[in-house]
Amino acid sequence: MKKLMTGNEAVAQGAYEAGVHYAAAYPGTPSTEILENIAPHKEIIAEWAPNEKVAVESAAGASIAGARTLSAMKHVGLNVAADPFFTMGYIGINGGMVVVSADDPGLHSSQNEQDNRYYAKMAKVAMIEPSDSQECKDMVKDALEISEKFDTMVLFRMTTRLCHSKSIVETGERTEVLIKPYVKNTNKNLIAPAVAKQLHLVVEQRLKELEKFSNETDLNYIEWNDKKVGVISAGVAYQYAREIFGDSASYLKIGFTYPLPMEKIKKFAEQVGTLYVVEELEPFMEEQIKAAGIDCIGKDKIPNTWELNPDIVEKSLFGTEKATIDYDKTTAVGRPPTLCAGCPHRAFYYELSKKKNIMITGDIGCYTLGGTAPLNAMDTCICMGASVSAAHGAKKVFEKNNDNKRVVATIGDSTFFHSGMTSLLDVVYNKSNTITCILDNRITAMTGHQENPGTGYTLQGEEAYITDIPEVVKALGIKHIRTVNPLNSAETKEAIDWALALEEPSVIISRYPCALKSYSEHDLNEFGPIKGVCEVNQEVCIGCKKCVGTGCPAIHFKKEIKKSSINKVQCVGCKLCAQVCPVKAISKVGE
Amino acid sequence: MNKNILLVGVGGQGTILVSKILSTGLLEAGYDVKMSEIHGMAQRGGSVSTQVRYGEKVYSPIIGIGTADILVSFEKMEALRWLEYLKPEGVVVINDYEIPSAPILSGKENYPQGIIELIESKADTRVINAAETAEKLGSDKVMNVVLLGALVKLMNLTDIDWDKAIKDTVKEKFADVNIKALHAGMDSVVCSKTGC
Repeated sequence: MKKLMTGNEAVAQGAYEAGVHYAAAYPGTPSTEILENIAPHKEIIAEWAPNEKVAVESAAGASIAGARTLSAMKHVGLNVAADPFFTMGYIGINGGMVVVSADDPGLHSSQNEQDNRYYAKMAKVAMIEPSDSQECKDMVKDALEISEKFDTMVLFRMTTRLCHSKSIVETGERTEVLIKPYVKNTNKNLIAPAVAKQLHLVVEQRLKELEKFSNETDLNYIEWNDKKVGVISAGVAYQYAREIFGDSASYLKIGFTYPLPMEKIKKFAEQVGTLYVVEELEPFMEEQIKAAGIDCIGKDKIPNTWELNPDIVEKSLFGTEKATIDYDKTTAVGRPPTLCAGCPHRAFYYELSKKKNIMITGDIGCYTLGGTAPLNAMDTCICMGASVSAAHGAKKVFEKNNDNKRVVATIGDSTFFHSGMTSLLDVVYNKSNTITCILDNRITAMTGHQENPGTGYTLQGEEAYITDIPEVVKALGIKHIRTVNPLNSAETKEAIDWALALEEPSVIISRYPCALKSYSEHDLNEFGPIKGVCEVNQEVCIGCKKCVGTGCPAIHFKKEIKKSSINKVQCVGCKLCAQVCPVKAISKVGE
Repeated sequence: MNKNILLVGVGGQGTILVSKILSTGLLEAGYDVKMSEIHGMAQRGGSVSTQVRYGEKVYSPIIGIGTADILVSFEKMEALRWLEYLKPEGVVVINDYEIPSAPILSGKENYPQGIIELIESKADTRVINAAETAEKLGSDKVMNVVLLGALVKLMNLTDIDWDKAIKDTVKEKFADVNIKALHAGMDSVVCSKTGC
């Protein structure tokens, strides 16, 4: 059946058709929909793991136990999972093991633009790069077969544009694959130094075999056209190259990108005139091609920063400028993303932003927007979990420097489970006096509302144990714990003041569901339905803009009349603005 | 020759549904189709764009500046932001609808004036009041499909069975109003300038 599918949907379909038994992931744009689309298939055990390391380790265990496995993550997620990734590079597999890394050229929703192809080279494992949705589907099967044939984990490298672009896919049926028998084998699966020493030899031999395969496989194919120009390309960049050079150039399209098919590349290079290497981000292929003594044009012209498109490639290689309409682009006012109307994070950050002489460390999630105007309630944001540990380090140094500045860490529920818990253990163990605020909005919101260990549901929406954050925090050794409703400003302010006055580390849990969340049964029981909208009595409004200072997108300050008004379509009736208004001009309609 | 469509707007305006209906219809009609969208910040009121490319054989899922055959802007100011993506001989469809962004809401900046006049002076422009049309149909939610109607008319794609594409894409109870919205959108533009 022909279907339009995103790359992520196609990877899920590929996993289904190829008989994958076990899949695990932590949500992260642009990879999230892979597991969401695997989840409905009852034949596959599919799980949200608390973080990427756990996902890859679970998949490793499942592979050793004999299952075909797939784990998926965004590029920076592989940093978290790097430890098991490298070790599994040595151990190899039993059931086929594919690790999907979704890189984000252009930083559409990420903190860096790292090129994860280098992970394959560094861990010495096979790598596959699809270039459209059909290949995303087909190559999952190829990857699993290669994994089993060569006893190697396979890195399946995607990029945002592949993950989130739709193209035509011919779907098929699932082929059941038997779970392989498990045989205890400590010389392979128990990575002590003596074992690893021998395995390293195996890995080097395997790389040679993989390179031979790379030269032979149809995943790396040549399309002969005019031989004056030759293009070597992979991933979505191949599509851009194909768009620009058309049928006037010959192509070596590489789908199996590590180890590179150097013999095939040499033969191709010998037969073409000018050789171009078109790749997105780093010169991963180009470096290796040049190191093999083959002259080519690549990153000396094509940028290694930001996402490419056909026009960027064309302009960088040939200086071609497209005719565009000439106008003053700057007249369009910016449209930055904002915390939603009714967002509980806004309410918490609003109170926090009023405190003087504090450093606020942030973390990865919607709430990173608490660092933007008008709240400006954040000093740093580094990576998942870093708010708590960076706060600890900063506090230690302020103390050493006789600076009484307080440090407040802010971290979401899912991020706390991901990697905040060990950081908080450090706060207790190494005795820093930080305030950790866990912004528990009862869901993994930023990536589009995925369940997590605290929500009470699994990936498939089945009931699960609800991890109790206050109990976890207590068990880690925190003595001072408070849970607040962030939409109650007085309660929130009081808790922050209480924590700032303490001489020991404390935790404030700001607990209220995301404004966009469709309430679960648990949420309805705890929070009740939220209804209604707020309105401004414009006769009372003094135009002080206090409500505007919350940054709520439902509030519009009308300059002409110097009064605020509330957009009834957007307002969810959280009443933060009503609490902020000094003249009580704002109230809930009907209250 | 491949055609490039660029749909722009604000998160929540339904550009993605329109691109879904559009690509479903184009696929049914036998075209090769690629569609590209960016997730992540869309729910948070950011500027969003979706690209649909179709033709005999489409390679790249995305386009660069100066290459869109048609720019459909679901929000007025967004047309200004994305105008450089249009071919100079391309068509702009502007929904005469304003969604002020955060700097405007807070009173820091003003919503730019004279957008339509500016764009009209630069390109073949069709201004549509899709909100009003949708309201007349009894559902402000179908503003997006009104714009789709204008788009298919201007791209000379009216032969495709869009009613079916809508039925295949939206929930059954919403199919009827969406089909009406599509036809109202088609009726709202004349295509003398583009010759369709």
